[in-house]
Amino acid sequence: MTAKTPMIEISRLRKCFGQLEVLKDINLQVEQGGVVALLGPSGSGKSTLLRCINLLVTPDDGTIRVGEASFQFGKSVQQPKTRSLAAFRTRTGMVFQSFNLFPHMSVLGNVIEAPIHVKGLDRKTATDQAMAQLEKVGLADRASQMPDTLSGGQKQRVAIARALAMEPEVMLFDEVTSALDPELVGEVLQAMQKLAADGMTMVIVTHEITFARDVADRVVFMRDGYVVEEGPAREVIDTPRMDATKTFLSHFHKGASPR
Amino acid sequence: MYEWDFSILWGYRWLLLQGLGVTVAFTAATVVGGLAIGMTAAICLLSRFRILRGFALGFIEVFRCTPVLVQLIWCYYALPMIAGIEMTPITASLLALSCYGGSFYAEIIRGGIVSIDPGQSEAASALGMTPALAMRRIILPQALRRMLPALMNQSILQFKNTSLVSVLAVPDLVYQGQIAAHDSFRPLETYSAVAVAYFMILFPLTLYVRRRERRLGEAR
Ligand SMILES: Nc1ncnc2c1ncn2[C@@H]1O[C@H](COP(=O)(O)OP(=O)(O)OP(=O)(O)O)[C@@H](O)[C@H]1O
Ligand SMILES: [Mg+2]
Repeated sequence: MTAKTPMIEISRLRKCFGQLEVLKDINLQVEQGGVVALLGPSGSGKSTLLRCINLLVTPDDGTIRVGEASFQFGKSVQQPKTRSLAAFRTRTGMVFQSFNLFPHMSVLGNVIEAPIHVKGLDRKTATDQAMAQLEKVGLADRASQMPDTLSGGQKQRVAIARALAMEPEVMLFDEVTSALDPELVGEVLQAMQKLAADGMTMVIVTHEITFARDVADRVVFMRDGYVVEEGPAREVIDTPRMDATKTFLSHFHKGASPR
Repeated sequence: MYEWDFSILWGYRWLLLQGLGVTVAFTAATVVGGLAIGMTAAICLLSRFRILRGFALGFIEVFRCTPVLVQLIWCYYALPMIAGIEMTPITASLLALSCYGGSFYAEIIRGGIVSIDPGQSEAASALGMTPALAMRRIILPQALRRMLPALMNQSILQFKNTSLVSVLAVPDLVYQGQIAAHDSFRPLETYSAVAVAYFMILFPLTLYVRRRERRLGEAR
């Protein structure tokens, strides 16, 4: 792959839930090592777009490429097979607002689960790699604990380590700090910031505008299923051009949460 | 006044113990068979294919809505005539009771699976697991833990239901009890002893299930 080819390429993407058209002709590219913050009011389709990138949601129309794997969708195109979908998803890591750790497994068990059963690594190798990932998020000493004994911030960092253990090319984050107590937000953002500095390609749905401005290099602003405005993070956040973006951001400058 | 005389039972102790052994073995076999059938039916109920869902639903309702006694007799007498397969009373009983138990297990298992937060299978999918792998490694282990009390309650009923196999002359505890009763002319003592044997096995089990249920309630 040449340096010019974007890591993620989405074109003419459409998605309907019944009558409701949630994504309308989305075109988006993310460069290798790029960090994109996806902003927009509630219901604008941010989560749906993020879930289309790893095909947790199947688009109705358009193409999606991550690294060297691409899928086309449309009426004339056959739905991809379960197995090829699963293989595609190993290229992307995803972290959810509600952590979704596996409660019946220890922290280490959570992290080694997919490397062993999806990638086929042996337990020893998987454990070594998992411990390295847990080290990175500062939780190596919690490896044998069960998830429900952890704080929200710790859970979310385990979820990040779990996704990273599959060595994805891309990481997707969907409001990963929204369920956290304010004093726990920092530790998770810090882990993400470190990941960005390490050169991971990331798409982040967030309401942490300051974080988006500092860590993301691009901002994509969505409304009603469209990309309304897109550009360098500081430029879009400090001097938005579109009215929708201005209105949305003004809520933050007043210090109120837009949720 | 009736003179109770339990001492006569001593002469039938091996017969009755043998019967108890058959009852326990029958329960074990039909619980295992029933769980296998129930799991299959539950997975079919949750399938995206309508034929599988319809088939599983039909099977479950037939076995849930008819008496076990009739199912036993039907399996032994009618099925061989229709399908042309010979069955011993034991095979017919195992088949009928496994299907009957399975139809109840199926509902419990289906309910347990759908009670697991959809976020769990999303997280599993996002890690690249196929639906089958996610079911086996992520969903079922959590669901089984949650439904264990209900499954055990159903198995307790199953233990009692095995008493019906005596109609096909399978030598379980009740059947051997009948023999002992006829032989000794002491039906009251014999059946009382049979009841005590059932109670002594099932009562501790129900206590155990109740304790587990309570702990599960606290864990939530
Ligand atoms: N599985 C679904 N079935 C039906 N409608 C859905 C589904 N998922 C999302 N929607 C609808 O699609 C629209 C966009 O939802 P989405 O979750 O993508 O928005 P969002 O930008 O992430 O919002 P928020 O900031 O509240 O998370 C909403 O109107 C939502 O109700
Ligand atoms: Mg959302």
